[in-house]
Amino acid sequence: MIAQLIFIIILAVAVYFFGKNVSKIRRNILLGKDTDRNDQPALRWKVMAKIALGQTKMVKRPVAAVMHFFIYIGFIIINLEVLEIMIDGIFGSHRIFSQPLGGLYGFLIGAFEILAVLVLTACIVFLCRRNVVHLKRFTGTEMTQWPKSDANYILITEILLMTAFLTMNAADYKLQLQHFGHYITAGSFPVSSLLAPLLPGSASALVITERVCWWFHIVGILCFLNYLPYSKHFHILLAFPNTYYSNLNPKGKFTNMTSVTNEVKAMLDPSFVPENTGEPGRFGAKDVTDLSWKNLMEAYTCTECGRCTSVCPANITGKLLSPRKIMMDTRDRITEIGNNIDKHGKDHQDDKSLLDNYITREELWACTSCNACVEACPVNINPLEIITEMRRYIVMEESQAPASLNNMFGNVENNGAPWKYSQADRFNWAEEQ
Amino acid sequence: MENSKSEIKIPTMAEMAAEGKEPEILFWVGCAGSFDERARKITRDICKILQHVGISYAVLGTEENCTGDPAKRAGNEFLFQMQAMMNIQVLDGYNIKKIVTGCPHCFNTIKNEYPGLGGDYEVIHHTQLIQQLINDGKLKAEGGESFKGKRITYHDPCYLGRGNDVYEAPRAALEILDTELVEMKRCKSNGLCCGAGGAQMFKEPEPGKKDINIERIADVIEAKAQVVAAACPFCMTMLTDGVKNQDKEQEIKVLDIAEITVRANGL
Ligand code: SF4
Ligand code: SF4
Repeated sequence: MIAQLIFIIILAVAVYFFGKNVSKIRRNILLGKDTDRNDQPALRWKVMAKIALGQTKMVKRPVAAVMHFFIYIGFIIINLEVLEIMIDGIFGSHRIFSQPLGGLYGFLIGAFEILAVLVLTACIVFLCRRNVVHLKRFTGTEMTQWPKSDANYILITEILLMTAFLTMNAADYKLQLQHFGHYITAGSFPVSSLLAPLLPGSASALVITERVCWWFHIVGILCFLNYLPYSKHFHILLAFPNTYYSNLNPKGKFTNMTSVTNEVKAMLDPSFVPENTGEPGRFGAKDVTDLSWKNLMEAYTCTECGRCTSVCPANITGKLLSPRKIMMDTRDRITEIGNNIDKHGKDHQDDKSLLDNYITREELWACTSCNACVEACPVNINPLEIITEMRRYIVMEESQAPASLNNMFGNVENNGAPWKYSQADRFNWAEEQ
Repeated sequence: MENSKSEIKIPTMAEMAAEGKEPEILFWVGCAGSFDERARKITRDICKILQHVGISYAVLGTEENCTGDPAKRAGNEFLFQMQAMMNIQVLDGYNIKKIVTGCPHCFNTIKNEYPGLGGDYEVIHHTQLIQQLINDGKLKAEGGESFKGKRITYHDPCYLGRGNDVYEAPRAALEILDTELVEMKRCKSNGLCCGAGGAQMFKEPEPGKKDINIERIADVIEAKAQVVAAACPFCMTMLTDGVKNQDKEQEIKVLDIAEITVRANGL
């Protein structure tokens, strides 16, 4: 009875804090500007099913894809097991699904165990890739301190959780063989039965092992749940809405800023009266709140895998730009703004902005707008859009483009070409041999 | 078709309109195609192809203006939209419906970004036109220079490939040559930028270890290609510079798909 009460309290606290943190992230995302991503729902569901559920963009790197797939499937399916643990915890039952499911239960438990081993293997391989092999993708200026340890914490936690799960089953299995207490014969234990010989023989020691592992496993999962909102691991949730709200246009198509359209129309035709589009706002983005909510959602979805950076031509050739850093900076800055709101109220202003305090101009001007990063991202994130918005701010609000680009602008404006040639010479090519 | 080179006559929209005619297709030349010395040759080659297959076409000539692409990528949305709206006025003034471009940047901008500003046209890139002509049996890769046995590789321009998912058309133009078409390790959606896009053409690159075109030429060299086919005037410049930089001018030629087509067909 006491145990049930403690369990319910822990569960309630965990769910409460998780909900609270998620709603903060949601609020932070909604600090972004509006953008319409609700058209073509059928296609959007399809994109989500393919990219998030089907993991189709992972396959480009086969080792990571297979390992990630183990963890992903393991995560989804083991949730069934977690459901049973929850019910058992609340009602003080033991393996509640074993009666109604009968033979299927044995099969399921067996499948979970095999998945647990696959997850374990994948986590160990991932840990090695990060810490022993030092894959280039996981290094880089933005991958120090927290981002580096974050990944390791996640992997280690998953290893511990899976180990606890298997040990728990091993103890249970041994108790079942002894027909001890309420440990009814249920389940099949292809993996943990191999571990069983390592455990003590006495029933009381086994019960303690089983209970400790049970609590460790479920409390661990609840802690992990609460760790998510602070971690890149939040992608396991956001990958779904993020792909649903994907950009469905060709990648080469950039937005046409409506506010600019109105001004240009008014310049070309003085009789033009623009529709009232609300607040004038800023051209482009200086800070994260000038970006769209989708850009911000992407920042929270980014799993820091570095696939974008590893294909970025600027990054490959040693320039400062790293699209992954663009996403991480955006996330860090919006989180900072969120924390300011929590501490000092809605209208608090610090003197910082995404531009200059987080992202330098040198990074922004190095981008060739090639869309390699967009193509590479396994969850359809678009770092290029943020880069473009920030360039727009620098050019249109500050007039601070590099001098050579200002020359180009001048040429386009005066000569109708980015080079300094006369419009009258434009057709000279027709006379050549 | 017995056209000697000196005989190509390039019709302009203005002339056509004066005669009360409307061509089937407008050839949008682009700034590089109009002013860049190397690209001008390609422009003329595209005209030769159009003339050879007897498509009625015209160019805007001095009435053409920058599409605004470099301004837009650099963040100058004002300038872009000014250019776009002026161009749309000209295009609509001539009642243009279909456009072929010699540059992936013009292609992308007119196709994707002009509709939102009121300019709706059917836009194709010249490699797509060539593919269609091959499919229709109008271009055969006969009667000209033989590319037989040459190792050719194709460099995907970002704004044609990733930007608009056009990967097959340019390859189709190479496949009918009797050559060995080899792919670089980074190709198609995984292709590497030449380094000129996003207005980089008009500025010095930021400091780094090397220039992007040098990195790209390494891929060409690794593929042991004798010809690298381009489909964009900016890629053309970057690849040519890269080849020069690596002292490989004797071994590696950079040719546009249009040039290859013209040579193969003896136009
Ligand atoms: S679009 Fe820009 S940031 Fe993305 S890969 Fe290309 S150069 Fe890098
Ligand atoms: S933006 Fe996408 S590809 Fe880049 S690090 Fe984040 S998740 Fe990975």
